[in-house]
Amino acid sequence: MKRKAKNEGYISARESHRISRENRRVTSAMERARERRNVPPQEYASQMKNPDSIVEFDDLHTYFFTDIGTVKAVDGVSFSIPRGKTVGVVGESGCGKSVTSLSLMQLVQRPQGQIVSGAIRFDSEDGVVDIAKMPTEAMRRIRGKQISMVFQEPMTSLNPVFRIGMQVDEVIALHNHALSAEAVKQRTVEMLEMVGIANSQGVYRMYPHELSGGMRQRVMIAMALALSPRLIIADEPTTALDVTIQAQILDLLRHLKDQINSSIMLITHDLGVIAEMADYVVVMYSGRVVEKGTVHDVFKNPSHPYTIGLLNSKPALNREVSRLYSIPGKVPNPINMPDYCYFRDRCEMKTDQCICQYPPEYWISDTHTVNCYRYAPAGREDEPHA
Amino acid sequence: MPETAGKNDEIVIVENLKKYFPIKGGLFGRNQGDVKAVDGVSFRIKRGTTMGLVGESGCGKTTVGRTLLRLTDKTEGTVLFDGQDVHALGREELRKLRPRMQIIFQDPYSSLSPRLPVGEIIGEAVREHHIVPEAEYEAHLDRIMASCGLMPYHKDRYPHEFSGGQRQRICIARALALNPEFVVCDEPVSALDVSIQAQIINLLKDLQQEFGLTYLFISHDLSVVEHISDTIGVMYLGNLVEFGTKRRVFERPLHPYTVALFSAIPTPDPDVRMNRVILEGSIPSPANPPKGCKFHTRCNRCMERCKTEAPRQREVEPGHFVTCHLYNP
Repeated sequence: MKRKAKNEGYISARESHRISRENRRVTSAMERARERRNVPPQEYASQMKNPDSIVEFDDLHTYFFTDIGTVKAVDGVSFSIPRGKTVGVVGESGCGKSVTSLSLMQLVQRPQGQIVSGAIRFDSEDGVVDIAKMPTEAMRRIRGKQISMVFQEPMTSLNPVFRIGMQVDEVIALHNHALSAEAVKQRTVEMLEMVGIANSQGVYRMYPHELSGGMRQRVMIAMALALSPRLIIADEPTTALDVTIQAQILDLLRHLKDQINSSIMLITHDLGVIAEMADYVVVMYSGRVVEKGTVHDVFKNPSHPYTIGLLNSKPALNREVSRLYSIPGKVPNPINMPDYCYFRDRCEMKTDQCICQYPPEYWISDTHTVNCYRYAPAGREDEPHA
Repeated sequence: MPETAGKNDEIVIVENLKKYFPIKGGLFGRNQGDVKAVDGVSFRIKRGTTMGLVGESGCGKTTVGRTLLRLTDKTEGTVLFDGQDVHALGREELRKLRPRMQIIFQDPYSSLSPRLPVGEIIGEAVREHHIVPEAEYEAHLDRIMASCGLMPYHKDRYPHEFSGGQRQRICIARALALNPEFVVCDEPVSALDVSIQAQIINLLKDLQQEFGLTYLFISHDLSVVEHISDTIGVMYLGNLVEFGTKRRVFERPLHPYTVALFSAIPTPDPDVRMNRVILEGSIPSPANPPKGCKFHTRCNRCMERCKTEAPRQREVEPGHFVTCHLYNP
């Protein structure tokens, strides 16, 4: 009996089984390396390219080995986060922005998700380290203390069966064994006050369900900042909140960043939030960086067709248009990525050159780069030809 | 009941609508008070236009939408749809009215049955209500799906095979398959990406022109509401604090809450630094709202009078209603 036309994503059970076995072989080797104990620190020590940066992503590749093929969630991402600045990462869902940040925390879903190659150099308290090579054991000392994360969903990221105070206490006590229980509690209450919770003693004894979304997000921020981390990753910190509460939370983040002198990696799909908060912007599409620069570069002179489309598709207040621009087509299938520019099939500015391989990074100004052939310097011979 | 239809211009008239949800508690489940989700809302929507309803979460905008369609029963007030009192109709009459007013829900992931193929999701109600003769059923489905940007072969697929944007298209097709006149769009784009949002908003606008639809567009994203609406209502804690045409409300917001709400929207322009009015605290509980004007606890222009006396809705300029003591001599 013949089935109806197989759709393009179809693979046979035999094929799936083969991929699955192959995946297990690849990932368990990586897992073994990661779970080793007493790894000498020299093995993951590194050097910063630019001493002003706190984090440098260098050609990072994070793949997910699934039973239907390898998903290249992050496929060659390079950018750096300067000390004391805010870097905004924008892109649609599925473009790899969250996976980039999870790689930095080594929180990618294992064993399927693995950092395959590339480096994440982090200027930690005891020297520069390469997080991509770090074993889990050593990573524990960095996670939460030097890099911390504010998650997207304040409704689900707090544990519903523990009191707020206990959850914040845990973070502090875990990294400061010497502190007495009293001192830990005092620090927690201080933190809750710092994030603008008026009734901090009361909230200390409350359960998460007793708080509103904005208050829960404040607790998450208090937890993230409790140990004065060098870098805060804010993964869509305000997406689940109302605009008025969003304004409060953004104000708070901006204010606290200066107070504890750390850097922020802000991940969001809201361009308005980026324009307001960030110093630098990284635009991602299908696992790659397509444009990066200062916030002025990107918003005043958007250069990659994707960035231009993204900026045009957002209705802005006081800018009357009869019809919103919408980027045609959809994101390519992450399992079979084309070998040319990933955006070509949706691009309205494509040129003859776009049939070549994925475009390299071109510098438009000292701070602004874009991966698009439209900015290839004219008359150069080193352009790849098909 | 007032005069029945004809060619009346206002398809939906809402007068003093109230919806309280009782709080049950105590030993015998006695009524211990009410959550005043909607507490006296009045507005009118003209045929073929879009009314935007904005406000923070928990302010009752979704309840307004649901009570309008009688998906929940009202507590007080009237809803006239095309001259008929929706909440006074009997079973059979209400059933006849149902296809004329439809709703598109917020979350396209949970509002589609995972066990039905898309053709069945869209077509079930069409057959049930005998919208088209049986012979034209397939053609009707194809036509509706095509205008929503879906392909005929999608009929045999299941919702999990679609992306968020496409699922929202299915939800829209499901609503439009019944040839409605009035559609409540309850945050139809909030769960979608920016570039997909633009597609769906354009689709809704195109369909409005094609079929002459009237929308009640509920959203907390003001920039989207500004784009799509003709009139705008701003809700706070169960009350409509400001209501008027889009031009008037956006050019000259009058209620202090509207001003704060507008200034809270981030603009995608790094040079624009707005002098932002940041609202302190969060929205009070609708079970125990503040006395007087409900907004006085967070208002930056609060007067003595606001703490004791609730303001009444007043037409400040033609077609621009505000509920605030500042504009009440």
